Amino acid sequence: MRKFIDKIKPSFEKGGKFGFLHSTFDAFESFLYVPNTVTKRGSHVRDCVDLKRIMIIMVLALVPAMLFGIWNTGYQHSLAFGLDWGFWNIVGYGLVKVIPLYLVSYIVGLAIEFVSAQIRGHEVNEGYLVTGMIIPLIVPADVPLWMLALAVAFAVILGKEVFGGTGMNIWNPALLARAFLFFSYPSKMSGDTIWTAGVTRYLAEGKAYACGEGLVDSFSGATPLAHPSMDGLAAAGTSTWDLIAGFIPGCVGETSVIAILIGAVILIWTGVASWKIMLSSAIGGLAIGYLGYATGVTDLPGYYQLLLGGFAFGTVFMATDPVTSAQTETGKWIYGFLVGALAVTVRLFNPGYPEGMMLAILLMNTFAPLIDHYVVNGAISRRAKKFKTA
Amino acid sequence: MSNTIYLKKGLDIPISGMAVQKTKKVTAPDMVAVKPTDFRGLKPKLLVKEGDKVLAGSPVLCDKETPDILFTSPVSGTVTEIVRGEKRKLLEVRIKADTAQEYLDFGVKKTSELNADQVKSLLMKSGLWPAIVQRPYGIIASPEVKPKAIFVSGFSTAPLAADVEFTLKDEFANIQTGVNALSKLTDGGIHLSLCADNALGTPLHKLENVTFHTFSGKHPAGNVGVQIHHISPIFKGDVVWTISPLMLAAIGKLLNTGKYDMSRLVAVTGPKAKEPAYVKGLPGMPMKMVSEFADGPASEIRFISGDVLTGENVGSDGFLGFFDNQITLIKEGNEYELLGWAKPMRTKLFSTSHTYFSWLTPKKRYDMDTNIHGGPRAFVMSDVYSKVLPMDLYPVHLVKACLAGDIDKMEQFGIYEVLEEDLALCEYVCPSKIEFQSIISDGISLMMKEMA
Repeated sequence: MRKFIDKIKPSFEKGGKFGFLHSTFDAFESFLYVPNTVTKRGSHVRDCVDLKRIMIIMVLALVPAMLFGIWNTGYQHSLAFGLDWGFWNIVGYGLVKVIPLYLVSYIVGLAIEFVSAQIRGHEVNEGYLVTGMIIPLIVPADVPLWMLALAVAFAVILGKEVFGGTGMNIWNPALLARAFLFFSYPSKMSGDTIWTAGVTRYLAEGKAYACGEGLVDSFSGATPLAHPSMDGLAAAGTSTWDLIAGFIPGCVGETSVIAILIGAVILIWTGVASWKIMLSSAIGGLAIGYLGYATGVTDLPGYYQLLLGGFAFGTVFMATDPVTSAQTETGKWIYGFLVGALAVTVRLFNPGYPEGMMLAILLMNTFAPLIDHYVVNGAISRRAKKFKTA
Repeated sequence: MSNTIYLKKGLDIPISGMAVQKTKKVTAPDMVAVKPTDFRGLKPKLLVKEGDKVLAGSPVLCDKETPDILFTSPVSGTVTEIVRGEKRKLLEVRIKADTAQEYLDFGVKKTSELNADQVKSLLMKSGLWPAIVQRPYGIIASPEVKPKAIFVSGFSTAPLAADVEFTLKDEFANIQTGVNALSKLTDGGIHLSLCADNALGTPLHKLENVTFHTFSGKHPAGNVGVQIHHISPIFKGDVVWTISPLMLAAIGKLLNTGKYDMSRLVAVTGPKAKEPAYVKGLPGMPMKMVSEFADGPASEIRFISGDVLTGENVGSDGFLGFFDNQITLIKEGNEYELLGWAKPMRTKLFSTSHTYFSWLTPKKRYDMDTNIHGGPRAFVMSDVYSKVLPMDLYPVHLVKACLAGDIDKMEQFGIYEVLEEDLALCEYVCPSKIEFQSIISDGISLMMKEMA
């Protein structure tokens, strides 16, 4: 293997036959083998962690949410049509629904990454491995694939590459993809019927992969967020346990708080994502949630806000994106708190748009550099004062 | 004794090859090199030509800007070769040593009878003035200024660093003399930092005429820059000097014996050093003198003058640096590793990150090599750097200011307080493989150019 790569390597180098594919070759080579480059300047030894490792841990942390998402996609379908499917039927249907989302996400996103790395003459950054993993988890399973492709292209090109690639972007690319879908095709991203796989097609064409006797009478398809009150939840037959375990309609990967918490534990222990952001975001959500509860805006106790919709997923996987979140430690507390607080505020006061997490994170992404600016300047002047008086 | 300053951040890199405390041999180098590249920003002027005879202590170079600052030969012998690099930049003056060493006599001096100017002119004449490092920027001290204070770190936390007590065990009287002489050059006194674990055990704590500080923590707690940051930070306009205990001993020796005697114990360390131990040598001694320590062919081993974080790759034909008393031998890691980043375990490699499992074996020492273990990327992670920098600074902001060449920002973020060595650990842990030290180095060069 190594010999083969060494043999074909020269033709991919500058001036070689396939010189224009240099970055592409390099990406595959460094994917297979850790490069043999040695330190030239500065520290002679280096830690063996690199971005590939960090990204792969992030992908690993998303796996529980993805697996549950596959199962839940099938389960919700089975429930909607009253099919009483067994486990394998459910998983099989979920795979059929979710795998195309992944294929589209990775093929479109990675193609753009490779081309832009080639144009810039950089190495291909592994950041998209994570973005591509997240995007299918935050869209409804029924989203048309061409829309998804368009959203991915938008997010990668305008959200990331124009700024200079991973590490330079201002907004979380995965969320941009979702925001793009939401604002460009609102009919496909909101309403009650889009969250359950197969229902869209059934309503349009009158058939689905397996539709049994048609939709069951009790089917509403609405996510719990659509009726965020105690009565609403009870009427839909959604228990607190359903919210925690994730047996509810919603985006593919966002429903199960348990699966997300498994990911959170991995991320926090490995230090890949900041626990400060996760904790402060949860505190922010709880604070506003209970404030709303106390003032009678909602009859849901504050902790429900953490279980509903995309709050948990956004807090754990997207608000913590190290590039677009605040960089300073104090800044992280402020940033996280505001993400949580804003998300719940939008939920409580804007009934037309129940999912506030996406916009809360994007908004705080925008303000993260400002938070950092004040934190850093504050620290500098505090220090100057301390030693001037001393 | 003042209160201990506890530094929680930092990292002791668990690299194998610690030198045992015995002197394995006394080298008599047949050739030494005087290297102007050991000093930042020095514009050297050559004072000898090939074939000239020199004594130990005879001038070889001087500073073009302050011609009174001389650089002298550590041995007596004949100048054989003047090595130049690109644009005729002077790299080395090689001197072939005589078998019998003769020293230029600077005269035995009583410190108490010298005034500041006499101390200065003696140090400049003898070639020991460059031992004093001036901050900001880490340059040769300017004889014109009176520094705010002089700082000495009495211990080293660098990976596999030579043990201060062992290497200087016969030199404490000389160090006291050096302290007494230098204390005449500042009104701020001499500040000596000791390691909290050993503050009362080290003979250094018996020194007089110094202000003691104690520090506790992992590397870089022993870096004098970190210590200054906590004792009395350098703000714009401040000038402080630093000097190592090794150089204090050399100054004391000069005053007590009248000789420019730079002989020192050098730790030969590293995973590729067979039975790592100490040798007696000189600055500018060739790496060939320690080639018998090398475990493997010289082409596969990197010879570092200094430690693995901040030392210089001098090659097997190179020479020991002026300030260094450590040589580290490590393997060149120019090998591919199949799917290395994806392996669940890489038990032979160390990582501070919990994404690997080296936290399970905290006592283990690793045979590190020079592989970068990845490719260069943009900054992604934000919290890994401050964990290894026990200074109240924002390293990423500072580095970005250096990259942007923004003088005002560099000033704000503390360019005056740091040298490359202080940020070396940030470079070590960086998952994006960004070269902190050379970026800081370029930043400092820019500051010197713009602020001159």
